[in-house]
Amino acid sequence: MEFVFLLEQVVNGLVLGGYYLLLALGLSLIFSFGGIVNLAHGAFYALGAYVSLEVMKHVGFGPSIFITPLLVGLLGILFERYLLRRFYTADPILSLLVTFALAMVAEQFIRMVWGAAPLASNMPEVFKGRTMLGEFMFSKYRLFILGVVTIVMVGIWLLLHKTAFGRVVRAGAQRPDMVAALGIRLQPYMTAVVVLGVATAALGGVMFGPIAVVHPAMGTEIMTVAFVVVVIGGLGSFWGVVLAALLVGVVRGITIHFQPAAGEASMYVLMFLVLIFRPRGLLGERIERFE
Amino acid sequence: MGSDTKDSSALLPSSKRRNVLMAGAALAGASALGFPTFVFGQVDKIKIGHLTPLTGFLGALGEYAVMGIRMAAEEINAAGGVMGRQLDVMSEDSVNPQVASSKAQRMIERDNVVLLMGEINSASALTISQVAARNKKLFLSIGARSDALRGKDCNRYTFHVDIPVTVMVNAVGQALVRDNMVKDKKIYSLTADYLFGHDLSRQAKKFFAANGGNQIGDELVATDVTDFSPYLLKIRQAKPDLVATNLAGNQVTNFVKQYAEFGLPYPVVGFNLNTADAWAAGEGNLGGIWPTVWHHDLQTPGSKAFVAAFTKKYNKVPENHAWIEYVSLKILAQAMNATKSTDTEKLIAYFESEAQFDILKARKAYFRSWDHQLMQEAFPFTVKPKGQAKGKYDFLKFGEAVPAANQPLELLAPTKAESLCKM
Repeated sequence: MEFVFLLEQVVNGLVLGGYYLLLALGLSLIFSFGGIVNLAHGAFYALGAYVSLEVMKHVGFGPSIFITPLLVGLLGILFERYLLRRFYTADPILSLLVTFALAMVAEQFIRMVWGAAPLASNMPEVFKGRTMLGEFMFSKYRLFILGVVTIVMVGIWLLLHKTAFGRVVRAGAQRPDMVAALGIRLQPYMTAVVVLGVATAALGGVMFGPIAVVHPAMGTEIMTVAFVVVVIGGLGSFWGVVLAALLVGVVRGITIHFQPAAGEASMYVLMFLVLIFRPRGLLGERIERFE
Repeated sequence: MGSDTKDSSALLPSSKRRNVLMAGAALAGASALGFPTFVFGQVDKIKIGHLTPLTGFLGALGEYAVMGIRMAAEEINAAGGVMGRQLDVMSEDSVNPQVASSKAQRMIERDNVVLLMGEINSASALTISQVAARNKKLFLSIGARSDALRGKDCNRYTFHVDIPVTVMVNAVGQALVRDNMVKDKKIYSLTADYLFGHDLSRQAKKFFAANGGNQIGDELVATDVTDFSPYLLKIRQAKPDLVATNLAGNQVTNFVKQYAEFGLPYPVVGFNLNTADAWAAGEGNLGGIWPTVWHHDLQTPGSKAFVAAFTKKYNKVPENHAWIEYVSLKILAQAMNATKSTDTEKLIAYFESEAQFDILKARKAYFRSWDHQLMQEAFPFTVKPKGQAKGKYDFLKFGEAVPAANQPLELLAPTKAESLCKM
């Protein structure tokens, strides 16, 4: 029985890891391709949760899963076009400062518009409750999240690996100068990558709103985990981020099973170990311009 | 997509964009500093340092706290102030215990405040109370509930307005014993991993042990945990008869929502839940019995007038932290008026005289002279049956005041023999 309980934590950790993935993948893409550490990524996650509350008032939960990431993605266009674009070739510390400032501005903006008090976001009744698969207990809603994450991840993988668009993005991450020499302008691709990253973060906000509290600082909270995942996974690798997100979820679950008080510390210990033994991250590619 | 971006650039010429950005930055900066204070004001204002968390897991409660104290200050000042002097309340984000301590020191040294008040986080209240004692200034600790503050860490410069942990445990515990949910029952607990949670857990265990309950688990949960699913799996494995939570702030809301999400069958109760956190959990997710120090449904003339004025001013229902900050400033104004002074020693002497204060409840309150704890009524609350709520602030069902009208106010509080407080 003890083993079943442990396995249950592992499976639950995988589900949670899938949700971390929604945030970490965009962060990793924007960094790999644009060389920008987007500290404002969490802000788009929080905006996703808040915007979905408004969208849900009019069209309900289902459509908001599609509409909200689109709306926040549009914001992403402005974000890339008017802010990020100025910093691709600048000292990285500048983009760090700008996105950090933007994260604070966004948090205060949310406070001013929606107030500091946490808001209630309820999931549709059909998703409430649990479902049993043999000995395992799952929350129906989390299984639904897992399904959505899987679809999104397969979509992104196909986009990056099976389309002309993806080839340019992957080449651009490695050798932007070479891609430019071939006569391809990278800027529209960068816009698309940022929109993709920001929209998946917003989707994370939409999906997690009904589980947790929607509050202004939720973006800051999630950023720490997202960063840990990116660092563990390694830059430039799709599967690295996937592996790291699942690993962080599972390690947290197992730690809580044995030593609940150490649950939150576990992912930092994991990051520490990875940094010591494999500084590039689990599946990180060597990207010349960052070395 | 290329043409899209061109269009939006035409809509936002670069000079305007800068203005928008600058305005945004200025706004963010201003709100980060807290509400505007009039530090340049005339010398005869009475300056009061007010610290409360405005960010982090207690930030939402702090926002209510600021609204409450601001409303009290405006009312007092509109009525001519205290001894003809206006009150000038400087509210700032206390952030964490370290920052709270250095801000308290700065307020005393540089801003020349006559006293300090506020706080919700028990750990921050502890560091502020140490600063107050060192500088021989009064500290009215308003929203912190840890027993240690009024027990082993008490000092003669600090007074405590909110109900202590012992009262919260006893208020809910009595209802549990009445409903036969303690004796010979398996009880599983989750505890917030900081001063307040540890205190709550200690009292709860004591209560369960004294009433024949069987504590089968008590796990510590970091204050920044948002996902409780691994803990929920552990609860399911333990198969308890009762889940008793010692969580705080956002934690309670997250836990309650996710518990409903997984649909576990064991009854949940808790020894701490603020009404704002209960509202955020939403109808249909919350169940069980919880304690509170005050609620907006209280039918005394004073409370009804306060709720009406607050709702009119802020367009939202006051939460218990709004109420407690409001009455705390009124308590202070009464003390200053009665002693005709802002002198620390005179105010302490007035409070220690066990003077009575109207706190908008049926019974008046007073500070106990030996541990500086305000003695007042508390209330257990449950949740209305589905479909009875009128609006999203209305699904809580508040019980009668405890102790009952015919019982002494000190009934649920720690006794002098139990207390470790030595001034």
